[in-house]
Amino acid sequence: MTTELRIWECIVCGYVYNEAEGDPEHGIKAGTRWEDIPADWTCPECGVAKADFEMVLKAA
Amino acid sequence: MNPIIIIGSGLAGYNTAKELRKLDTATPLLIIANDSSPFYSKPMLSNALTSKKTPEAIALNTPEQMATQLNATVRAHTRVDAIDTAAHTLRIGDETLAYSKLVLALGADQIRLQINGSGADNILTVNDLDDYARFRSTIAGKKRIAIIGAGLIGCEFANDLATGGYGVDIIDIAPQALGRLLPPEGGALLQARLAALGVQWHLGTSVQTVDRAENGYAVKLANGNVLRVDVVLSAVGLKPRTALAAAAGIQVKRGIVANRHLETSAPDVYTLGDCAEIEGLVMPYVMPIMHATRALAQTLAGKRTAVTFPAMPVMVKTPACPTIVSPPATGAAGTWQVEATADGVKSLFIAADGKLLGFALNGTATAERAKLAAQLPPVLA
Repeated sequence: MTTELRIWECIVCGYVYNEAEGDPEHGIKAGTRWEDIPADWTCPECGVAKADFEMVLKAA
Repeated sequence: MNPIIIIGSGLAGYNTAKELRKLDTATPLLIIANDSSPFYSKPMLSNALTSKKTPEAIALNTPEQMATQLNATVRAHTRVDAIDTAAHTLRIGDETLAYSKLVLALGADQIRLQINGSGADNILTVNDLDDYARFRSTIAGKKRIAIIGAGLIGCEFANDLATGGYGVDIIDIAPQALGRLLPPEGGALLQARLAALGVQWHLGTSVQTVDRAENGYAVKLANGNVLRVDVVLSAVGLKPRTALAAAAGIQVKRGIVANRHLETSAPDVYTLGDCAEIEGLVMPYVMPIMHATRALAQTLAGKRTAVTFPAMPVMVKTPACPTIVSPPATGAAGTWQVEATADGVKSLFIAADGKLLGFALNGTATAERAKLAAQLPPVLA
């Protein structure tokens, strides 16, 4: 199991989700892993739902 | 059964197809577009240098991969010549294709200003990935780029090119950057931050001529200055593509006219994205497209569904000065109230009754986006 924090990218709008930073504005604390983000979270920039959020693994 | 046909393979076209396939895996689906039709994120074009992406890396899927993924046929490099809305057919050269339902996701063209001079024909625009690949090969090894237009795309390119090591001159007839989106204080912070990266501002003036000069171009401004640059990029705004619809007798105004069900004036013809004018709104941004695709997919799958648009703040991709705007509705009555600090500008557009109708946030003030967005009225309830 990897413990390193990762960076993901929304393929629709290019929004970057950095696990180290989280999305505190929308209640996602810094350090939150992608798999721990609630299912009803949506991309803050384009509105794509997490379930559709085909994120590209940008850096591991 | 005749297929559902989508004309356009941008975010609106492909995402409508993706959403439809979540609801209906069987109805034949044909996607037609006149470019090379990769699936890619258009917003990434104006920050690809900063994120160290090549044009090849931006293309996430080939049309062949999309066809497999969507259980669809994708015809790239194919121009639709005419639509016969009564017969439910469209014409491609000598070929006639019948549709059950038709989606116009045609996008928009870059507006070209009337500029004279021996180099005017070489002014570049970037409106799709093919354009962007040409732009990147043109700027390779070059040093200085003039950008005409200090709106959203112009400012994003200015930031990206400056970060990528280019010298940038940016020209706009308006007295400030993002003049249609930001009050002057916000524009000033953005200008100062980009200037710190080396961007040279030429505001309140316009380009008169672009002439070929030794190893590049001489850009003559109305204020008398002459800029020597290697490449000229124009980013002065978008014009919805309406000609195909208008020729078919479909109602167009600024864009192809649609109601909140995304229905045009012709039966079984729908529209969304940058070509569309939905309930009077032309919104060439990603978030409205994603809302529209979900509603339209329901309708195409047999459940007529209206689109609703919440407030949809737009992120301006200028990392030198993070900027988020949610402009008030056209004609809304109110006044800007601005709080500026050294590192941020919070501009709120407030109605006489105290209600928040829009905002523009720069720098540290962007942290308040979610809280403020929750107070805004919906764009289309």
